[in-house]
Formats: sequence, C-alpha cells, structure tokens
Amino acid sequence: MGKITLTSVRKSFGEVDVIPSLDLSIEDGEFVVFVGPSGCGKSTLLRLIAGLEDTTSGSISIDGQDATDLPPARRGLAMVFQSYALYPHMSVKKNIMFPLKMAGMDVAEAEAKVANAAKILNLTNYLDRKPGQLSGGQRQRVAIGRAIVREPKAFLFDEPLSNLDAALRVNMRQEISELHQTLKTTMIYVTHDQVEAMTMADKIVVLNAGRIEQVGSPLELYRSPANTFVAGFIGSPKMNLITGAEAAKHSATTIGIRPEHLDIVADGPWQGVVGLSEHLGSDTFLKVAVAGMEPITVRAGGELNLHHGDRISLAPQAGKLHRFGADGKTLA
Amino acid sequence: MATAHSRTAARLMVSPAVILLFLWMIVPLGMTVYFSFLRYNLLTPGTSFAGLDNYYYFLTNAAFWDALVNTITLVVGVLLITVFGGIGLALLLDQPMWGQGIVRVMVIAPFFVMPTVSALVWKNMFMNPVNGMFAHIAKALGFAPYDFLAHAPLLSIIVIVAWAWLPFSTLILLTALQSLDREQQEAAEMDGASTLSRFWYLTVPHLTRSITVVILIQTIFLLSVFAEILVTTNGGPGTASTNIPYLVYAQSLLSFDVGGGSAGGIVAVILANIVAFFLMRMIGKNLDA
Ligand SMILES: Nc1ncnc2c1ncn2[C@@H]1O[C@H](COP(=O)(O)OP(=O)(O)OP(=O)(O)O)[C@@H](O)[C@H]1O
Ligand SMILES: [Mg+2]
Repeated sequence: MGKITLTSVRKSFGEVDVIPSLDLSIEDGEFVVFVGPSGCGKSTLLRLIAGLEDTTSGSISIDGQDATDLPPARRGLAMVFQSYALYPHMSVKKNIMFPLKMAGMDVAEAEAKVANAAKILNLTNYLDRKPGQLSGGQRQRVAIGRAIVREPKAFLFDEPLSNLDAALRVNMRQEISELHQTLKTTMIYVTHDQVEAMTMADKIVVLNAGRIEQVGSPLELYRSPANTFVAGFIGSPKMNLITGAEAAKHSATTIGIRPEHLDIVADGPWQGVVGLSEHLGSDTFLKVAVAGMEPITVRAGGELNLHHGDRISLAPQAGKLHRFGADGKTLA
Repeated sequence: MATAHSRTAARLMVSPAVILLFLWMIVPLGMTVYFSFLRYNLLTPGTSFAGLDNYYYFLTNAAFWDALVNTITLVVGVLLITVFGGIGLALLLDQPMWGQGIVRVMVIAPFFVMPTVSALVWKNMFMNPVNGMFAHIAKALGFAPYDFLAHAPLLSIIVIVAWAWLPFSTLILLTALQSLDREQQEAAEMDGASTLSRFWYLTVPHLTRSITVVILIQTIFLLSVFAEILVTTNGGPGTASTNIPYLVYAQSLLSFDVGGGSAGGIVAVILANIVAFFLMRMIGKNLDA
C-alpha cells in the first residue's frame, strides 16, 4: 500500500513562501516524477512528504491515515538522497542492514533480507567494502538497497542520478524502472532532467515556484501542455514559442510548435536563414532565423546537408500547433 | 611529475631547514646525555665521569615511582575530563542558539590564559581554604571549607589543567561535529534511528579521528605539565603532586645536581617515547584513510 494525499499543504521558510498551498494525490504503485527548474521547491515537497520538514499548514495523509505530525521513521517511507548519504564507516552490508537493526529485527532474518537485496542490486561481491571503495553507481545501489530492505510504503528519490555520468545515468534509470516493475511500490522521483521524467514516469508533476503547473502522463503533457511553462519545459529540444503578428494570425498571444513538428518544404509559410546547425548523426537541429519571429529550432533528418546561411522555408504540421492566451494558458 | 632529478633538487632545497631543526634537537639532547654521565653538582667544583650512577640513583629514588604514577594519573585524568567534557560542550555549542558567536569565543578563552596565571587564579580565588570561592560556598552551605591543594593536591591540579585544556578539545570536536553530513543524519532518522542511536552509530565514529588527535596532542603536552605544579603545590605535600618534569626540576635546580637532573631528563624522554609508541599502536590507526 502507498497512497499519499497532500491537502492544501503550505510551506514557508520565515517570510518566504516556498510552497503556497498545494493539493496532490499519489495512487498506490504509481511512479510519480516531480520536475521543475532549480529552486522551484521539488526537494522541499519531497522532504515534506518524508517528514524531514514540518508543514506550515495543510495535511499529509498516507494510506488514509493522517501523517502530518508523524516523525519520519513512523511514516514507513524510504528515501534515497542525492549525495547517497551512506554511513562512511560501515561496510556495505552494515549500511543496508542499519534500518533493520534499528527496527530491532532478528539478525538471521535481517541477513537474509540483506542478501536478497544485494542479489537484486548486484552488490553481493561488495558487501564487505566501505562506501569509500565503491564507484558512484555502486554507492547509488547501496543507497537503494538500504531503502528496499525496509519494504517501505513508498520510495522517495531526490535527484538520485545527478552525480553520475551520462552513460551510467541511462543504465541506472532503467534499473530503477525495472525495480519499480518488480516491487510495484509507489515511487516519487525528483529530477530536473525532463528526459528522466518522460522515460520513467507514470505521472509527471510539473512544478514552478512551488505551484503545480500540470499533472499528467508523459504523453499527455507532451501532446497537450496546459500552459506555456509546461510547453517549454517538457520536450527536448524545447518547443518554439512564437509571439507577435504570427501568433495574432492564429488569434492567440503565443503559439507553440515543437521542433519535430516542423517540415522543411519548397514553399512553406515561414521563410528563414539557417544559423547554427547541429549534426547529431541521427538528427540535425537547425536554428533558423525567420523575419518577425523568435529564432526557431527545427529537428530534421540526420543526413540533411544544410549549412549556415542557407535559405529554407518551413511549414508546421497540421494540428500540431499549440495556441496560448494572454495568461499563458492553452486556448481551447 | 616527480622525476629523480627534481626529487634530488627538492631534497637539496629543504635540507637547510631540516639540518637546522635537526641541530636544534640534537645539540641539547646530546649535551643532556653527556651531562647525565657526569658527576656534576653546582655546589662542588669540577666534574668527573660517573658512569650509570646518576641513572641508578634517579630510578631507585622512591620519589621517582611516585612521580611516575602521578604523571600517568595526571595525563589520564585530564584526558578523561577533556575528551568527555569536550564532546558534551561541543554538542551543546553545535545547537543553534542566540549569541552563539560570543559564547563560542568565551568557551575558547581559557586556552589563552597562561598556565601560571590560571593556576594562581584557581589557587587563590577558588581553592584557597580561607578566601576562596569554594570555601565561601562551603561555609554558606554550612560545611567546613576543604583545603583542596593540601588534601587533594593531584586532583586539584588535574582540575586546573583540565580547565585549561577543555577549550582545545571542545574546539577540535566542534569543528568535527560541524562537518558531520546532514543528509546522513536525515537518512538515519528515516531509517528509524533514535537520537541516541544516531549519536552512537554516526556521531561517535565520525568523531574518532578528532578524538585521536586530541588525545595525541594533549598527551604530549600533559606529560610535561610543570607551571601549574610549581605555582600551586610545589610538588607537595611530600611527593603527592610531583610529576616527572617537576622531579627533574627539583633534582637539578633545587639540589643543584646537574648530572642527576640530566639523567632524569633522559629517563623522561625515554618514557615519553614509550608512551608515544603505545599510543600510536593503539589509536594511531584511526588516523589512516
Ligand atoms: N532551509 C531553508 N531555509 C530557507 N529557504 C530554503 C530552505 N530550503 C530551501 N529553501 C528555499 O526553497 C526554495 C526551494 O528549494 P528546493 O531545495 O526545494 O529546490 P529544488 O526544486 O529542489 O531545486 P534543485 O533542483 O536545485 O534541487 C529555494 O528557493 C530555496 O532557496
Ligand atoms: Mg533539490
């Protein structure tokens, strides 16, 4: 079980309102990702759920029970920290066993659980090492191991992969996703990397300055962003947001079109000059300057042979244009 | 890249300093060793070779064993007070509170007071059986004043020295506490560890290295406590508060026996090395890694 409900939760540090009243419901077994720019309150929200920070007002319930004033240990949640927060003077085995020891579990039973967790996480050969003698990815796994032996109601991850290099990050991302498939436990995952968010989440919560901008599945957010913030945040490279006369033609304040929804055609509505072109092999990203508009990013095929200064004409694909009103919200 | 060539150059560059320091150490040591084999008393003119007589008399002197026991009691007593007291004070000072900066400076202050001055303050203002603060308190509570320096001389000196060294250990342990990782504490909190278990399983292991440093450094200085004894008890009553440095002083300067004093000095050096050797064996491994 692991259903977590936040009702009008507010958090301020002194004068500063970091989270101004927020409602959120997380279903049992869901993989929920909090994304948002740096400083938007993702960690704070996670720490509120964990019980490491006290709410200023509002209530948090876990499995229908009010947990607002419960100490962290009694909430039955496990957290994996960005710095891993392993105990440096204990061996891997003792690290993983620590929560069981604190719970006063029988040693033989605890050892069996540790052995099992070590097997799942490929740590069996490292049980006697100290954290200082492990690689970043292995430390990460130990931190996860320490979390899973407790069989928590939900896992909380705070940017667990940000200290790893790109290749390892992809690996660990898949491992965590697989872990979720196996354990089927609720997971809340904080990141500011929208690729992680898109690939792992059942449900993405986009945060901005402590407010929820939109909640939905990755594809929902991609297909129908609720406002310009979500539109610009989800998707890589970013959606092109165009204001001015061109937007007015579509009777909107802002129009948005994703780089992958622009075609290079012989005779399109937008004429421009190629500025930067980035050849990635599989794709080419072009920065195109169109008169009277913001610079536009276009995603084109990998074998394309276009260079700085070439003139091209662009056409948005039918039905892929997003229209936003003066308040930034999507127009129906 | 340290090639053989640049390493030779480096050795050459540091050699003046090393040679100077070496001479600084070896000349007095050599002279002390030399004197310790001489029959050399300032009251009788001339010197003659004495062989091991000076050592024999120093080591068979009843006062030597008293002094040895006193030295060890003093070192161990002060270490116990400063390590446990230091951990306690550091934990208190690490709590957020109003006026933290001022309080911290005040805690450090005793370290800046000269040993002679602090010992005299303790002797005359606190422990004096007639005018001392403790005597006044005892009288106010209806007890007879206790003459600390006469009846518990070694304990009194331990208290005085511990008072002077407590700031040192507090300071070192406080810096160690402040470098304790906050996320580790929070992780332990989520793992269900109580405040006490967090202290025992996280804080104490984190502090061991600093405690080792405190013990090693303090032992070196505590083996040679002298001023506090000189200005308070003069090693007395009898030899009740005489430690080895004070015994060497008494031998060489109070009885003008340079040869005997030198022999005592060499014995003290050897003892200090034995202590250092065992200390390093016992706790030195905490400093690795
Ligand atoms: N203990 C604190 N006291 C005062 N302000 C704080 C405290 N902790 C966080 N804040 C503020 O709250 C805001 C949100 O911080 P938070 O750590 O939740 O951001 P974040 O979304 O996790 O950012 P990042 O992606 O950089 O980790 C920030 O503006 C930060 O300055
Ligand atoms: Mg954060």
